[in-house]
Order: sequence, then structure tokens, then C-alpha cells
Amino acid sequence: MVATVLSVANATKRFGGLVAVNNLSFEVNRNEVMGIIGPNGSGKTTMMNLISGALRMSEGSISFEGRFIGSQKPNQINQRGISRTFQMVRVLPGLSVAENCIAGMAFGPRRMWGEEARYEAGKLLERVGLAKQDSQPIGSLTYIDQKRLELARALAADPKLLLLDEWLAGLNPTELQEGIELIHSLREDGITIILVEHVMDAIRMLCDRCVVMAAGSKIAEGTPDDVLANPEVIKVYIGEDV
Amino acid sequence: MNRDANISSLVWAGVLLLVAACVPLVANGYWMSIALTIAMFTVLSTSWALFSGPTHYISLATAAFFGVGGYLVGTGMSDYNQGFWTMVVIAPLVGAVLAFLIGIATLRLSGVYFVIFTLGLAEMIRTLVSWIQNNFTGSRGLYVLTDLTETDIYLYLIILAAVVYLVGWWVNRSRLGFALRIIGNDETVARHVGINTAMSKVILFTFSGFVAALVGALIAPRYTYIEPNGVFSPELSFIVVIMALLGGTGRLWGPIVGVIPFALLQEFINANYSNYSTLVLGIAFLVIVYFLPHGVVGRIEQAVSRRRRSTW
Amino acid sequence: MDIIITGLLLGGTYALIAFGLNLQYGVARIMNLANGEFLVIGALAAFWIFVADAISPIMTMLIVAPLAFFGNWVIYQVLLRPLVRRAKNQGQLEVDSILATFGMSFALVGVMVSIHGEYFTYSYLAEPFEIIGETFALNRIVAFCFAVLIGGVLWFWLYFTRPGMAIRAVSVSTEASGLVGINVPKMSALAFALGGAVTTMGGTLISTFITLDASVGVIFTMKALIIIIMGGVGDIRGAIIAALILGLIETTVARLIDPGLTLAAAYAIFVLVLLFRPQGLFGRKPS
Repeated sequence: MVATVLSVANATKRFGGLVAVNNLSFEVNRNEVMGIIGPNGSGKTTMMNLISGALRMSEGSISFEGRFIGSQKPNQINQRGISRTFQMVRVLPGLSVAENCIAGMAFGPRRMWGEEARYEAGKLLERVGLAKQDSQPIGSLTYIDQKRLELARALAADPKLLLLDEWLAGLNPTELQEGIELIHSLREDGITIILVEHVMDAIRMLCDRCVVMAAGSKIAEGTPDDVLANPEVIKVYIGEDV
Repeated sequence: MNRDANISSLVWAGVLLLVAACVPLVANGYWMSIALTIAMFTVLSTSWALFSGPTHYISLATAAFFGVGGYLVGTGMSDYNQGFWTMVVIAPLVGAVLAFLIGIATLRLSGVYFVIFTLGLAEMIRTLVSWIQNNFTGSRGLYVLTDLTETDIYLYLIILAAVVYLVGWWVNRSRLGFALRIIGNDETVARHVGINTAMSKVILFTFSGFVAALVGALIAPRYTYIEPNGVFSPELSFIVVIMALLGGTGRLWGPIVGVIPFALLQEFINANYSNYSTLVLGIAFLVIVYFLPHGVVGRIEQAVSRRRRSTW
Repeated sequence: MDIIITGLLLGGTYALIAFGLNLQYGVARIMNLANGEFLVIGALAAFWIFVADAISPIMTMLIVAPLAFFGNWVIYQVLLRPLVRRAKNQGQLEVDSILATFGMSFALVGVMVSIHGEYFTYSYLAEPFEIIGETFALNRIVAFCFAVLIGGVLWFWLYFTRPGMAIRAVSVSTEASGLVGINVPKMSALAFALGGAVTTMGGTLISTFITLDASVGVIFTMKALIIIIMGGVGDIRGAIIAALILGLIETTVARLIDPGLTLAAAYAIFVLVLLFRPQGLFGRKPS
């Protein structure tokens, strides 16, 4: 039986005169990988911000596992089981690698601390491929390692829904392959994932379904093959590497 | 979770406090007075750094809470015939309530608004209290008469310093301390990992208000005569900030490193060049911002880690 | 009625001072806590020159303005640019600039106190003037008129000239301005210097009808801050309206309750704004 995990209904976000997200509606089912794609400036990250609580909707409603979360603050939404990574990687520079990971589990629904947390963090760092770096100072981490760390922090909360905001951006082909495999394995673990991405290969390989946004509105929805063949979608992407 | 949160640092602190407690045995009246000032600023700066250190919210409200503490003791004893110790219990509670209210109002917003609000707070309370005094209670100054000597007050402050240090040590080990460090690094991330950032800030800020008011209450007998203009001196807030930043807020014992030399410097300036005391404050701020952004302790730690790395 | 007009006159002069800080914080992104000290410098200059040579403060204002402009420009380049360069984010820049400008303000106060430690006031145009049958001090009216004049010139410059537009762009977004070819550091320095000059002019105007002393700068900084936060940072209409409101409320409290409570009244307004509308009257709602 298919269970709807996240339901976005008529979400609208205005910044003064600019409508960044315009009457957007879609649903995400359990254990699905949903892609949100579209050209730059189409409102994808804004939509993520609305789901995670970083921004407040001007209109519309969002419900997670049947409960309305549209008016909740980010920490409350996190407690419900939603975690995210950020488009501009935000690791915590004053903390160690392990501490960055523990940060994700200490305050959320798991409330892990102390010896237990350190052990768990070790496992997570290994999972994302950072086992060797765990005593490195944050400042010397490479870009992909910083991304891995942010993912470890998001996973530390054992989320039911994971929001990945252009997590695969800026990676070389090898790293990209590793990244795609990593996300795939997360899906195998039963996490529901929403991906904002530009990398079309990843979309095709990972996503069950996609929502295509342009200028804040939804212009297509369906499987990657369907939407990427849709003439409307091709039109907004002209000039992009499809 | 933090470098200061182990047993050895507790032991060191204990030793230091024992040494401090022995000072009255060797110090004469003049040095005892300086020691008392140092003790007072140690407590104020360390408790200030517990909140403002990790969060980077520069609180200038210390003078307001300190003044409230001193004033309550004064008015309680003079106007309402209460005992000194009764007021010493009441004062910090009032300070805590005040801090809580201010925290709730301003800590939801950005750090700048908080700093601005606390900037004029002491001055505002002073004008308010003056007005109340002039129009309702009639008296200008309040007498605080007790048999406490400077040594007695000094020892109480040392005990308070121990308590503040213990609380700081405990917070550093706890989730709350971790939360504050995360907030200071990136508040958006803090919210997204489930931290109720407003509450965390408010709790620590309330504690610092409690302590500052308690210090103000305890030290009132030293001055014997309390009046609003004296006890609500905004300069106190700035001095506490300078001392804590000069020493460095990265470590629990950082502020003390700033308190002792600056207190001695102040003593010297006030005795010989009192016209320039404000200028000295200004220069101190500028030195901190441009040369010692992490305080003396931070600078030393940088040098140590650089040397360590270069010996590989 | 008398209260209303006096309040508006006071508010108008406040608006000019807030204008200066608005340029420094809204454009250059520097929370300049030494702002009030420049006001006092302007006032002190007017006092000396008037007492020594009986030259009108209005003339002094014209002399002092370019000096203040230059002084603030130097301060920005020497003291504040290093901080802008070194700050990793806006929050850190704010903390650093707060501490640095604190240092400056104390240094300035220290210097001024050693030069002239007492209160200073002088009598300029302290004659009655009639409007609608009620009498007011002429100096307040003149100060108000000049504040409006200067404010008007500035407003015109901001909205109808290219550099003015560049400055407004920087106040909206430093990144975007840089991307469209605006020299952000140069514009920030310009805004900072201009802001300082405007505040200093406000100081000379206000000295015509208020007694000041060397240490009172911080109170004016507080009031300017309350005004721009109440109006919405960077927004000029908002600052003007907020300044008028503050002037009105202060005058009302001073006349009807007690002159000693004006700061408390300003604070009360500040608390209400922070609690209910922290973005101010015209600011963008924090997302």
C-alpha cells in the first residue's frame, strides 16, 4: 500500500512583489525518491526552505505524515523527522568532524548523547566515506568531504524524510558516481528522499518521479523519462545539458 | 564534548580558588581592596562569557543587573528594613526575571538588536529609578550598613566564582553547551538540527543576569551608600566585556586572564590619570578588535598549535 | 497643540540624525556606535565658533560638514575596511564593527571630555516665533527648516542621480550591486562618509536648542538606532515617520509626565517594536 509521506498543497511564497513559488502542489510517497528540477531561479530551493521551515509560506499548506507543518519552526519540523542539507554547504567550522555529526543526533527526535552518540557518529562517518578524516580539522576538508559531513549530520537524525538541496553539484565524475551510489543506498534503507538537482544523469538514475518547476510554478510531473521528453520541459532547459 | 570539560581542569580550578582564598592572609587593606575588585570582575566576566562567548551576542546588560542587585539591597535595607541576607536572596531572583523578560523579547532577533537594546538598558533603568526615587520614595541615597568586612565579601565572591565555574564546567559538558556552540557557529543549522535556539539563549542569559544581580547585591556593603547614579554605571558593562574579550572567551578560565591585568591597569589609571580612563577603554576595545580577536588565550593557543604543526 | 508642533519640530531634527546612521548601517553595513559622538562634535564646534566669533551655527554647519565627511571617510578606509575584508559573514562584521566603533566612541568621548568637560549651551535665535497663534522657539523652527532642507537635498540626490541610485542599490544587496558593476567598497565608503557628515550637521542644528555635554553622544546613538529600526533599516520614509513619532512621544512625555523619562519612553517604543514588528514600519518581513 502506498502511503503519502509529504503533501504540498497550493504552496505559495512571495517576497514583496516577487512570487518565488506559485501555487505548487505535489505529493511524495513513502520510500520514494522525488526529484525537483528546473532551471536556475525557478524556486526549487525556496520550496525546500518552505518544507524545512526555514521560510514561511505566504499561502498553502504542507503536511507530513498527516500533520500540518506549514506554520512550524525548523527545529519543530526536525523533531518530526525531516532533515536536510543546504545548497551552500554549511558545516560547523568551530566543531570537530565527529561533533558536526553528533550535532545532528543530539537534539532531534533521537536525542543521542555521550558514548552512544560518539559510537553512532563513527558508524555514520564510515557510511558516508569519512572514516579516515575523523580527526581532521574542519578547515582542511575538501568540498566533497564537507558535503559528506553535512549528509552525515542530516542522517544522524535518522530522518524519515531527507531533503537534499543540490547535493551532487560541483562533483567530478568519480565523486558523482560515488555520490549517486550513496544516495541509492540510503533509499534502500527506507528513507524517503526529495532531491533538488541539475545533474540529469543523477535524476534519471535515482528518481522515481519528478516535479519540474519554472518561474515558481509546476510545469510537469511524472517519471524522469516522461518529463525529460516533455516539450515544455525541454523548452525551459534549452541551452542546458539534457 | 569540550576541551574544558574534564576532571583535570576542575582540579586546576580548585587549586586556583584555594590560592585565591588565601589572599586575605597576606594582603593588607589596599591590596585587599584590589583583590576584591578582581574577584568581583572575575565573577562578572566569567558569567558574561558563559552566554556571550559561544553565541557571540555581546551583552551590555551587566551593569543593569548589577545595579538592580545593588539597588534592591539598598532600598530593601533602607526603606523597608529588611535584612541584608534577605535582600541577597531576592536580588538575583529579580535579576533573573528581568533577564528572562529581556531575553524573550530580544533573543529571537538578530544579535545586533540585542546589543543595541542592552546598550542603553542600564542608563534607562537608572533614569527610571531616579524618577521613582525623586517622586515617590523621597530619599536620594540608600544606606547599607552591615558588619561585613572586605575580606568577608571577598570570600563570598570567591565562593560565587567557584559556583559559576562549576556551572560553566557542567554546561560545557552538557547538551546545552553544545547547543550554544552550534548556535554561535551557524544559527540556521542549529535550528535545523532540532535546537530551540531562542530557549537555549534565554536560559544562559537568565543565568548571567542572576549572577550579575547577585554580585551587585553582595558588593553593596562595600560602598555603604547606594545611589542610582553610582550603581547603574554603564561603564561597568563595557569593562566586563573588555576583560572577557581581552582574556578570551574560548576557555572557561579565559576571562580571568583578562580581568587581572585590566583591573590593575584601571587602578593605575584611576589613581594617576583619571581624566583618561574613558580613552583607555576606547583603546582597549580597539586593541581587542584589531589585534586580539580571540583574546590573549586565543592568541596563545594559535601560537601553540602553529608550533605543534611545524614540528611534524 | 503646542506639544504636537514642538514634537514634530524635534522629530524633524531627529530624522536628519537618523538619516546619517541609516546611510552608515543600511548601506555600508556598519553599526556605527560612534555616530552620536560625531553629533556631539558638530555641536561642540558650533558652540566654540559661536562663543568665540559669534558666527551663526548655520555657517559652522557648512564648515563642519566637509570636515566630518573627510573624517568619516578616513575612518571607514583605515579602521573599518580591514574588518569588512576579514569578516566571513554579516554577523561577524556586525560584532566586529560594534566593538570597533565602541572603541572609537570611547576614544572620542575621552578626547572631548579632556578638551571641554562640562555642559555647553549657547543662546542662538532663542526668540519666540508665532505659528497659528501659538509661540515657539525660533531656533527650533530654524533647525527644523534646515533639517528638512538638507534631508530634501539628500533625498533628491539619492533618487535622481546616478551615484544616489548606486547607493540605494548597495543598500538592497551588496552582491547584486557588485554584479551590475557598482564599485561596492567605494560606494560604502561614500555612504559612510556622507552619513557621518549628515549626523554632524544634525548635531550643530540640535545644539541650537538643546544643552549637551561631551558624554551624551550615546543617548543620541540609541535614539537614532531606535528610529531606524522602528522605520525599517535602509528605508527613508520609515525613518522620517519614526523620527516624527519619537519626537512627538518624547515631547508629550516630557511635558505631561516628566522630562526625566524621555529615555524610558523611547525604550518603551523600542520594546514594542521588537516584540510586534521587528522589521519596522516599512522593512521587509524577515523570512
